[in-house]
Amino acid sequence: MGRLSGDSTKTVAIEPSEAGFATTRLEPMLHWAQKYSLFMYPFVTACCGMEFMSVTGPRFDFSRFGSEAPRFSPRQADLLWIVGTISQRQAPVLRRIYEQMAEPKWVLAFGTCASSGGFYDNYATVAGIDKIIPCDVYVPGCPPRPEAVLDGLMLLQDKIQRGDRQPGIIKPRLDPATNPNLGLVQLRRASRP
Amino acid sequence: MAKALIDFVSSRFPGAVLDSHSQHGDDTVVVDPKVWLAVHQALRDDPVADMQMLVDLTAVDFPRHLPRFEVVTHLVSLRLGHRLRVKSRVGDTSGDNAVIDSLSALWASANWAERECFDTMGVTFAGHPDLRRILLYPEFEGHPLRKDYPAELTQPLVPYREVENIGKLPPFGPHEGMSFGRQTHHLTRVADTAKD
Repeated sequence: MGRLSGDSTKTVAIEPSEAGFATTRLEPMLHWAQKYSLFMYPFVTACCGMEFMSVTGPRFDFSRFGSEAPRFSPRQADLLWIVGTISQRQAPVLRRIYEQMAEPKWVLAFGTCASSGGFYDNYATVAGIDKIIPCDVYVPGCPPRPEAVLDGLMLLQDKIQRGDRQPGIIKPRLDPATNPNLGLVQLRRASRP
Repeated sequence: MAKALIDFVSSRFPGAVLDSHSQHGDDTVVVDPKVWLAVHQALRDDPVADMQMLVDLTAVDFPRHLPRFEVVTHLVSLRLGHRLRVKSRVGDTSGDNAVIDSLSALWASANWAERECFDTMGVTFAGHPDLRRILLYPEFEGHPLRKDYPAELTQPLVPYREVENIGKLPPFGPHEGMSFGRQTHHLTRVADTAKD
């Protein structure tokens, strides 16, 4: 899993007292509000967009994390989703979109092309958006499973709560190739004549 | 069956057909670049051939051969159901003087195909209405699909961030990212012009 903190992810924002007043501190309260109301800017360029659509669909629902509203203007968004390959020709566009977003802003790299260039190693592709803009969470995969993307979103929410700007990466939870206990059907190879 | 097409081209343009072959159901004819436009015009207009459709136009780089580039077109007749591949060779060792006639006056699909060929290989098409880069940006120098363009050379439009170890930013460990190397074949220009 990514860099989830050792403590519980729940933070008590409001502490009730006997006199009927509730006290809190501003910063956790602010972070709580920010993490549960992320307006996303889906900067979708390539095939990861299909997986992004399924993450926003009803099965792997996005909105239950508070991040319901996509805003296609960078002025109104605070989470920039880089979904898909960024070519060298697209890089100034991405840089400008990032610069137009108002603070506080976070960036999530969706897929391997956005994280590290993916399987592209050529003259036309930017090998990872972190060469152009700072990135907070990397969700590798080609494309990543929607569950992995939700892992990434939850990791980002945890980072927002703690005020942590150190980038995090999502690792696969269970690798089906190495885990025989997942209940997958083991096919036997037919013996060659 | 479309051997008839090769005979049609040979008979209409005697001496300009340098080579032809028929393999695996494909028919190919290699012509002199001087008759490039005339051959395609005849293939499109003559009712025996009736090639209404230009499927693709591209170029192949043979850096050890002279002329260097082989411009290839694929033609299809939708009514008669036959296909032909027409090739021609242009260009010298350094890739200059790779000029051939443009087919954009005959088929509209040739317009962008020729722009892509110019962008990636550097073949110039005389008579093209708007020959400029189509896939890459104008600031890009060189023609990247030529075999002597270094494979790892990027020309970024946005300067990369000034971060230490930008090649492997945290939290990528040594086994993450593209830790394997790339096999780049650097072609050196061969002085002799003998065909392989």
